[in-house]
Amino acid sequence: MRYEGETYFPMLRDYPETVFGGDFDTATDYLDPFIQERLSTNGNWALYTLNTYGPKTVNYFAKSPNPAGPTAENWLGTDAQGRDLLAQLLYGFRVSVLFALALTAVGTLIGVLTGAIQGYFGGKLDLAFQRFIEIWGSMPELYLLIIFAAIFSPSLPLLLVLLSLFGWMGLSDYVRAEFLRNRQLDYVRAARALGLSSGQIIWRHVLPNSLTPVVTFLPFRMSGAILALTSLDFLGLGVPPGTPSLGELLSQGKNNIDAWWISLFTFLVLVTTLLLLTFMGDALRDALDPRKADQ
Amino acid sequence: MTAEQTGHLRDGVLLDVKNLRVGFGGHDVVHGIDFHIAPGEKLALVGESGSGKTVSALSLLRLVHNAQVSGTAHLNGRDLLGLSEQALRGVRGDDVAIIFQEPMTALNPLYSVGDQIGEVLQLKKGLSGKQASAGVVELLASTGIPEPARRAGAFPHQLSGGQRQRAMIAMALASAPKLLLADEPTTALDVSLRGQILDLLSDLQRQHGMAVLLITHDLNLVSRFADRVAVMEQGRLVEQGGVRSVFEAPAHAYTQRLLASRPLRDVVEEPVEQGALPCLRTRGLRVSYPVRLPGIRGWFKKGAFVAVGGANLQIAQGRTLGVVGESGSGKSTLALAALGLLPYDGELQVEGTDWRQAQEQGESKALRRRIQVVFQDPFSSLSPRLTVEQIVGEGLTVHAPELSPAERREKVVKILAEVGLVPDPKQVGDWLQRYPHEFSGGQRQRLAIARALIVEPQLLVLDEPTSALDVTVQQQVLSLLQRLQCERGLSYLLITHDVDVIRAMAHDVVVMKDGEVVESGACLALLSQPSHPYTRDLVRAAGQSGLV
Repeated sequence: MRYEGETYFPMLRDYPETVFGGDFDTATDYLDPFIQERLSTNGNWALYTLNTYGPKTVNYFAKSPNPAGPTAENWLGTDAQGRDLLAQLLYGFRVSVLFALALTAVGTLIGVLTGAIQGYFGGKLDLAFQRFIEIWGSMPELYLLIIFAAIFSPSLPLLLVLLSLFGWMGLSDYVRAEFLRNRQLDYVRAARALGLSSGQIIWRHVLPNSLTPVVTFLPFRMSGAILALTSLDFLGLGVPPGTPSLGELLSQGKNNIDAWWISLFTFLVLVTTLLLLTFMGDALRDALDPRKADQ
Repeated sequence: MTAEQTGHLRDGVLLDVKNLRVGFGGHDVVHGIDFHIAPGEKLALVGESGSGKTVSALSLLRLVHNAQVSGTAHLNGRDLLGLSEQALRGVRGDDVAIIFQEPMTALNPLYSVGDQIGEVLQLKKGLSGKQASAGVVELLASTGIPEPARRAGAFPHQLSGGQRQRAMIAMALASAPKLLLADEPTTALDVSLRGQILDLLSDLQRQHGMAVLLITHDLNLVSRFADRVAVMEQGRLVEQGGVRSVFEAPAHAYTQRLLASRPLRDVVEEPVEQGALPCLRTRGLRVSYPVRLPGIRGWFKKGAFVAVGGANLQIAQGRTLGVVGESGSGKSTLALAALGLLPYDGELQVEGTDWRQAQEQGESKALRRRIQVVFQDPFSSLSPRLTVEQIVGEGLTVHAPELSPAERREKVVKILAEVGLVPDPKQVGDWLQRYPHEFSGGQRQRLAIARALIVEPQLLVLDEPTSALDVTVQQQVLSLLQRLQCERGLSYLLITHDVDVIRAMAHDVVVMKDGEVVESGACLALLSQPSHPYTRDLVRAAGQSGLV
């Protein structure tokens, strides 16, 4: 941005309002009509992002009471606190996807690892692990979440740890079954006869051939993770207040039924995300299959 | 029936197929074949896998998924290919019945065989439930199943392989078909059972006066069973005629090659040096698997199933020991034990070193290099997600880790050339990056041999090395193995159920039955004068079908 012959980068640091001719020594609100006027006269200019609002920015200068419907200023309207819906959705989507990626990665890693150990070595180890999974799996996940939300202040890393602790079991069963099937195939026997160690056999031979269910389930795990976060947020057990989140928007939509734009646009974002994830998963599976790759 | 349709009805022709084409996704696999079957005639359709023989037969009844079929096929004057789906359903199982190769998968595991046969009777003959169950017992009795009334209530898994195939035949006969399609009816069965099932089919064919279209790759079956033979190669019928005339004077080059593909004996026959260290030596080798005991005893104690009980074997340098036996006789277990992959009792030495000792002292790696393996099914013995270079070069990463990738590649190319896989010199790099599914069965088996040979073993365990291959390919692989033995002085432990392969390859033979060695001796002597009744059965089953 250019003001009175000087260049500023408000993206990188905050400037007090006094710099631009304001009265207060506080961080500038660039949406203030006074500031905007100062910035657009005398050859001053400012380069705005397409959507000029951040997820926490409250539009104090809205013309109608909040929540306000879609206008030229707030393209998708504002929520109950007067924050721009589009910005909220964008940032909420980012949080959801990053969270889902992390949760899926951790869950898949643990699931594949435990499934591989059980399936490859089998016998007593497998038996013991299966019983452990049964006990672990019968713990009431939601209660634990509520209890932990009461003890600790809710935060994304805590959610990630808690959901990961319970998210790996489904996958581990599939990987175990694949390993049980693959480890007795002839190419594994041939590898053992060649003198490869267990680790090498698992890594080079059994694992690549056992990943089909993992890849198939990846997109579903992603969408599952997004939905889990959304529903926890919806219940108020998820991310700390103030974090942009799709679940929180949904609950706002529920509380303001007449503000149709909140529910509708959040819903559309969710549906599109989940649908695209499924398509990506299909494409990923085809791309990783050496038989399909060259057709 | 319209006048035009009756016009196609020829005297004495049950099924008349003209210019049959079958294609998948615009790509033809059957290129216009003509054949006909007279009522009560036995026609054999012969060819290697992929020649289109099964597809041709099944597409007559529109049982091939996603296939584009054209041409005509008149059954009793009705064009099967022009029929509506509904009319065709009347033909299937009524005029034409099918016996599939693998009865275990062709029978529904959730219903008793009696129910499944009774279903046909109720559907096609409109019998009531009671009449049907009487008919079922009668049908089962006619196929020679002992205690047919009890077997009717049995589920497929409770029957033996031979009994299952008999039940399949009973099911096919239930509707008194005019034409029976038998798709490799004996391939999944043990050698000694094959003859019995074939005799049964012949008997029933005579009794019912039905025509049989036998689809097979096995020329022995053809010579025993069929009246006429049609030879298929790559979707074309190359030769047709009476069995005797075709077999005695094959006109087409492909038929000649098929007939000449019986394995030939070409091995070094010199006697073994006395006092040399044997390559593999076992004394009282015993392998057992734990099994659950029934009832409450099983909670505390495991029973033992003895897969191999006290085998004494010896293989000298550069010689082949053949192990023959039926499925379940313990011969594959013996192979795995020899590879040091199973716990065992008794003595098991590779070049004078005891396996157990080596494993206890952590020296098994050196021993693994001495003994390698080639498995039966080249489709499951190569990891589908590794490239050729990775598969063949893997042994080197373990046993010669000091080699650089370039040196390793050089060795891989060299060994591939030795087993007869020579890539185009310009595209070696590309070629080495291919995956196993891009190769044919015979090429894959060569890859498996290359993988075993690259670590320069002394002993090669061959577990049914050719039984998953077509006859002409089988012969090529066997002669490759004979050549490698000659050049490298390899010893083979050859495990097979095929007496022909033993006859071609082995110096010495042991015959196994139910985990016991019942007979052993020098190959040719033993096969010409078997003393144990079981060996006599085996040799007769193979010899009977021996032709040429």
